[in-house]
Amino acid sequence: MSSATPPTGTGALAKREARLAWTLLAPTIISVSLVVILPLLAIIWISFKPFTLSDLRPPAPVVRESLRGSGDDLRIEYRLRNSSQEIAIQGVTLSDVLPDGVTAGEVAAPCVLDGQDLFCDFGALEGGQRERIRIPIEVDGDPDAFEELVEESEPDVTGSGPSVLTNFEFSLENFARVFDGDEFWGVLGVTLFYTVFGTIGALVMGLFAALLLNKSFKGQGFIRGLYLFPYVAPVIAVAFTWVTLFDPFSGSANALLVQMGLSSEPINFFGERPLALIMVTVFEIWRYFPLSFLFILARMQSIDSSMYEAADMDGASPFQKFWLLSIPQLLGILSVLFLLRFIWTFNKFDDIFLLTGGNAGTRTLTVNVYEQAFAVSNIGAGAAVAVVILMCLIAFSFVFFKFISREEGL
Amino acid sequence: MRKGYITGPVLGALWMVVIATTIAVTMSFATGAAFRPQVLLSLIWGAVAGLVYVRFPARHAPARLGVSALLGLSCLTGFGPVLIGSDTTLLALLVTVISVALVMHVSLAAILKELPFGELTRHEYEDAVIRFCTGFGYIFFTAIVIIPFYVMVMTSLKSQQALLQNPLDFSVDLSQGWALLRSYTELFRDFNFGSYLWTSFYVSCLTVFITLLFSVPGAYAVARFRFQGQKAFSRSILLIYMVPMIVLALPIYIAFSLTGLRNSILGIVMIYPVTTIPVALYMLQGYFRGLPTEVEEAGLMDGLSRLAVIWKITLPLSLPALASVSLYVFMIAWNEFLLAFMLLDDPSKFTLTRGVTMLNSSEIPRQHLMAGAVIATVPIMALFLGLERFMTKGLTAGSVKG
Repeated sequence: MSSATPPTGTGALAKREARLAWTLLAPTIISVSLVVILPLLAIIWISFKPFTLSDLRPPAPVVRESLRGSGDDLRIEYRLRNSSQEIAIQGVTLSDVLPDGVTAGEVAAPCVLDGQDLFCDFGALEGGQRERIRIPIEVDGDPDAFEELVEESEPDVTGSGPSVLTNFEFSLENFARVFDGDEFWGVLGVTLFYTVFGTIGALVMGLFAALLLNKSFKGQGFIRGLYLFPYVAPVIAVAFTWVTLFDPFSGSANALLVQMGLSSEPINFFGERPLALIMVTVFEIWRYFPLSFLFILARMQSIDSSMYEAADMDGASPFQKFWLLSIPQLLGILSVLFLLRFIWTFNKFDDIFLLTGGNAGTRTLTVNVYEQAFAVSNIGAGAAVAVVILMCLIAFSFVFFKFISREEGL
Repeated sequence: MRKGYITGPVLGALWMVVIATTIAVTMSFATGAAFRPQVLLSLIWGAVAGLVYVRFPARHAPARLGVSALLGLSCLTGFGPVLIGSDTTLLALLVTVISVALVMHVSLAAILKELPFGELTRHEYEDAVIRFCTGFGYIFFTAIVIIPFYVMVMTSLKSQQALLQNPLDFSVDLSQGWALLRSYTELFRDFNFGSYLWTSFYVSCLTVFITLLFSVPGAYAVARFRFQGQKAFSRSILLIYMVPMIVLALPIYIAFSLTGLRNSILGIVMIYPVTTIPVALYMLQGYFRGLPTEVEEAGLMDGLSRLAVIWKITLPLSLPALASVSLYVFMIAWNEFLLAFMLLDDPSKFTLTRGVTMLNSSEIPRQHLMAGAVIATVPIMALFLGLERFMTKGLTAGSVKG
């Protein structure tokens, strides 16, 4: 009798299961990598290229067709130009079909006429070069009617210039520009201030709010819902409300401060240098304290109440119970929240962009991506900033996974 | 410190400042007239009240009622905790006096309870401090949450001149009738907001649908099957969470410009689900893990295929989770601003958030902007309040994402 041995390797069933798993995951993997992985690679690629907003439209030949002259001297004119002033376009051709009823005369050099089909081969078009083709014609009937007919039929032009995106020339110019001068360190400092204080503030406020609601009373659900409002409302709505509220001319907050005698004249909350940064940080705290509040409350309600009963028996005072029981129990969720919120605040773009547009010393790294790419219209430099952000995130996520695998067993 | 005659006045003084400020701010926002809390006088009045409240520990002792009434009346003289401006209506005056007296008595009695005059035990002292902090916390959080939304709604009902004249005056003239809502009618009539509302709605619904279509099978596979790379996959979902949208938006903008997908709803519908699939996947796999496998195994034994098990057993069991995920994804799609802002330029294709951004210009009056903000906020709030239980669950499960 042969002794029974446990099966080794992967069996047929396990293989089938793995295959099914990958089939189910395939659509997600494909779509996510198309929209996440591919753009990430693209942005690294672009960051090494001198790529500006205007390069989004590669140089191309532009043509205009018109019917000119009158009587015997009737002619069709094609005016062709290179849309770019610097870059040459290769393989420029033009083809068009002359409308019926039009008889063309003699056709000059780069063009040939085959029946009603016109074909011109220009070869290369230098930067800023213009070409003009005149074709004398005769028409049967009213020239005015033909004018429309001629101008309606769009000629086909081919020809393409080199795109900056696809060639293999790389430069570190973008990074040099990004790291150049004090600006970068200023931006980094602002980002760190915003991230650190925004995160800590939201955590502390969340903890405070959770302590308030960690008991059951009538209307607890309602108040919990109310305190989530800042997070649930669309960011544009609350950001514009804050801007309106703190407006130096028609803002209620300023009117209130002046009336209460706390300030003699209106304060430009989102327009002055250190104040604007503090205000956007306060906004961040205001908008995201509900999130930490929700998490901390959920953790608090799962703490075993018998511990508190035991503490009561031992005569522990409320503060002692908070410091010696609640805080150690909450430390895990607090640190996970801190890490997550830190990364998310670091990534935040919408809030600052809507509140100040990155002015008055509130430009963080993410806002800088937008500023470089669209305000200065240098997409390459924007991409370089984005790569810097990615580097920071990779560093954060190392810490995060090291930590979270210990905390949550992920 | 732990003496009744010290704790009482200190808490009373601080509490008086809180109450005076709250009432002054509330009355200012309600009437637009001048109300000013007087910090120094409030401290003195509060300390006196606190002393009286610990000296006479009965809940509604006549001395307690007397000092509170005195507090309220003192507001009429200019030496009270709240200074009332001269141009105030009689009604507002009366409301202020009564509310100062009443609120102060009720809340101070609740905070100090029957605190003895002399030595306090550690418990008595800490409980009183905690009751003070709780009261302060409720007032503080409610104020910071409500004030911006109150300003948003009220500003949308006012006219530009009224706003500039007195930014504090939010009193609404109800006799105008429907004319009160003129900002809204103008938005819907002249700015095409009806169409934006509809675009936002169906884009969000499509996003929810596509997200579920992709993430349900994916989450099931991650939760139930053992295969190589499962752990790496779970981690990479979390990693994708962490990539900032602006970094992705830049190449997406370029790609969409080159392919002509920019400025089309199709492009938006293609891109929104991909930003929400990782969140949904993460939330759902957590829920699927919690479902008992025995039910599914029973189904398998009875001859159902895996896909049939998912369709007939797992999905009906996870309806609450699906509702939470749908709501959460709907919220993300509805509130999404950055992609809509970058990818849509054509006013006929705007989503609501993009439409509101358009209103933020110096030529368009503020109340229009605020009315737009209200229009964007109300549907999501209604959904939130109606389905608060699901929403809170969804938020807790998925809001690793900011």
